[in-house]
Amino acid sequence: MTALAGTGALTRLALRRDRIMLPVWLYLIVFMAASTVSSTKGLYPDLASRAELAANTNDTPALVALYGRVYDPTSLGAVSMLKLNILCAVAAAALSIVLVVRHTRADEESGRQELVGATAVGRRAPLTSALTVVLSANLALAALCALALTIAGLPAAGSAAAGAAWAGVGLVFGAIAAVVAQLTAHARTATGYSFAALGAFYLLRAMGDASGSGGPRWLSWLSPIGWGQQFRPYAGNRWWVLLIMVVFAAVMTVGAYTLVSRRDLGAGILPDREGPSAAAPRLRGALSLWWRLQRGSLLGWGVAFVVLGAALGGIASNVGDMVGSAQARDFITKLGGEKGITDAFLATDLVFASVFAAAFGIQAVGRLRAEETGQRTEPVLATGVSRWRWAAGPVLVALLGGAVLLLVTGVVAGAVYAAQSGDGAQFGRVLGAALVQIPAAWVVVGLVVLGYGLVPRLTSLGWAVLVAFLLVGEMGPLLKLPRWVMDVSPFAHTPKLPGTSWSATPLLCMVALTAVLVAAGLWSFRRRDITS
Amino acid sequence: MLGGMNEVISVSGLVKTFGRTRALDGLDLTVRPGEVHGFLGPNGAGKSTTIRVLLGLLRADAGTARLLGGDPWRDATALHRRLAYVPGDVTLWPNLSGGEVIDLLGRLRGGLDPRRRDELLQRFELDPKKKGRAYSKGNRQKVALVAALASDAELLILDEPTSGLDPLMEEVFQECVRAERGSGRTVLLSSHILSEVEALCDRVTIIRKGRTVETGTLSELRHLTRTSIRAELAGPPDGLADLPGVHDPEFRDGTFKCEVETARLDALLRRLTEIGVRALTSQPPTLEELFLRHYQDDLNGGRASAEDGGAGSASGGGPAAGGSGSSGGSGSSGGSGAKAGSR
Repeated sequence: MTALAGTGALTRLALRRDRIMLPVWLYLIVFMAASTVSSTKGLYPDLASRAELAANTNDTPALVALYGRVYDPTSLGAVSMLKLNILCAVAAAALSIVLVVRHTRADEESGRQELVGATAVGRRAPLTSALTVVLSANLALAALCALALTIAGLPAAGSAAAGAAWAGVGLVFGAIAAVVAQLTAHARTATGYSFAALGAFYLLRAMGDASGSGGPRWLSWLSPIGWGQQFRPYAGNRWWVLLIMVVFAAVMTVGAYTLVSRRDLGAGILPDREGPSAAAPRLRGALSLWWRLQRGSLLGWGVAFVVLGAALGGIASNVGDMVGSAQARDFITKLGGEKGITDAFLATDLVFASVFAAAFGIQAVGRLRAEETGQRTEPVLATGVSRWRWAAGPVLVALLGGAVLLLVTGVVAGAVYAAQSGDGAQFGRVLGAALVQIPAAWVVVGLVVLGYGLVPRLTSLGWAVLVAFLLVGEMGPLLKLPRWVMDVSPFAHTPKLPGTSWSATPLLCMVALTAVLVAAGLWSFRRRDITS
Repeated sequence: MLGGMNEVISVSGLVKTFGRTRALDGLDLTVRPGEVHGFLGPNGAGKSTTIRVLLGLLRADAGTARLLGGDPWRDATALHRRLAYVPGDVTLWPNLSGGEVIDLLGRLRGGLDPRRRDELLQRFELDPKKKGRAYSKGNRQKVALVAALASDAELLILDEPTSGLDPLMEEVFQECVRAERGSGRTVLLSSHILSEVEALCDRVTIIRKGRTVETGTLSELRHLTRTSIRAELAGPPDGLADLPGVHDPEFRDGTFKCEVETARLDALLRRLTEIGVRALTSQPPTLEELFLRHYQDDLNGGRASAEDGGAGSASGGGPAAGGSGSSGGSGSSGGSGAKAGSR
């Protein structure tokens, strides 16, 4: 097998390069699992409280769409899985995608693989070593999670099933990323498409799970995320679902290997097109260059936000009708605002749109750092472009783009909801509720700009900060964190619209904070050395 | 220094540290209007760091730097409209075509001459329609060169601009730089390709470990070093070895070889003719030998690679070894050195 020569050495190299990232990811996932179980135990100590939670959840399509169902109300484990199953499965999938792209297409694009490939390394070795790393990471994830959940007091068999379910989802998305990485010539595109697949499968499962008994429930079975849930840890432990995952991953892997042997190093399957021989008159300044560099990404996010808006508007139209018991109504009302159940749902879930808009902003500002480390910043700054002007481009894209994305979601969600409920006034209410989400996303962008201005390496911390804000918001009430900890997150200060009374003060404060952070970041950037 | 007022670049005592590394350690550099100035030094000597300070990308820790009469850090944007820069390692935006990058950089700088752009594209045989990711290293370098040469900047700062170019394109590049000098532009050419510097530069600054070790015209620098002599003699080489300034004398089969300090050449030749000369070859020192003389400390320090070791023994040993050593490093340096010397 000369095509596999050098796999061992490459695998060791990959593990060495990931020696920090991999343990941190695994630790976070295991920690999230263990702490959720202990807090669930505290919140729902007896059978009656668990049964109530399960009934309320399963009767609320919006919650089912977001998290899935509780499959065994009597089991502490199954109740703990409500949020945890989907969170851990998505985390394992994200980890696997990042690992595969990092060790295949990213290395190839940077030319590192060429350096390595000229030594006694076979054509299939890089892909094989990447898949080996992903397999090892997911096996470790399964083992550690099973152990942690068992120690937290849950039955060992169910814990093993939970670990296996998450690792299975991880493997499937690793294999999907392996195929995508062969198709596209760029690591960034490969990661983007893989995460788009993750989002699409999440949506597919949401539609399947949320549909009534006569509806297309089978949709969930078309989604690897759905498989992770249908594994049903602590509620039947259906190990045969693992077989579906393994077979699917194997088929995708075979596909990836077939593609590898059919293409040149560095090439995608789709050939590069020629560009124009001269620049259009529009392309004449730093801002127009940034627009050119980021418009594709903004368009992709725009499509995602249209889908998100349609989903939110669609689910919102059904929430009111389908909530069964009075208790369920009470429950969902407590989760969000004070008035209508629909309003509460919208207020809760529009925060996610805000988080996604912040993610777009982090990515947009992150391009500044990518340009700097890619040594494309120096030639531009050696022309008549000032640093201020150069850095202003992606900051504007992040801030205005984020606002446009939330506007798009608000318009689509409002239109869908207004059309389905036959109440035109809902359009304005939903749109307003989407627009008040803008300042919180901006604060995150401001933090990233400040980080980039001070030390470029801090830019990627933006993701960690966003995840921390998200976790504090999602898990804070469960973990009974003190109020001031939860208040650190800007998303905690967004008015819970529509439906509640609100004041503009926190919004104005957040906008002012953003302005200060951005100004400080740009000021620092103008004073520091350009790294190379 | 003469004419301190109108110098294009004037740097003195420049210091820049990165953590514990002292990248620039009191560096001096003076570039006069209209000259092509060679900026020489081995990898890591601080050439690129100096250029980055001059471009206002890095802030110096100490010393003064003036560029086109302004402060490179404070007046960066205004100064940059008057210069064009080619980095040593060009990376392009993957989804922009070469033609788009050339136009964009030109416009960011304040305009470029479309006729000249097309002419340069032809001379460098560059396809402007390819996307940035599809170019080879040499072609990426050409994109940056065309963008810089098609501008009407009064100063060109070129940081190892020919790395990755093939010999034909290297020749085209040299023609272009000569044309630039002809039209009165100033060029700072950082390089470690000595033949290129010998062929193009009016004055040279050699740096080492962040310090300037030598600066001047090539003939001034040559004067400080040794000429190789090889003479077929009519009689015994009595007293030759004892003459001041003669190094590594060697006599075999009627042929005398040595290296002589260029300032002492006269006395040696007088003595040789007294003995009687049947044939004589004299080789002026190449820039390479000049260069190596300053790096002998490094080479003797045991950090030399195999190639450097060979060349190192050249300047330390006899001239014959010098010839073979330098031809390994860069083929035409001996020849162009002689040309430059005869000018």
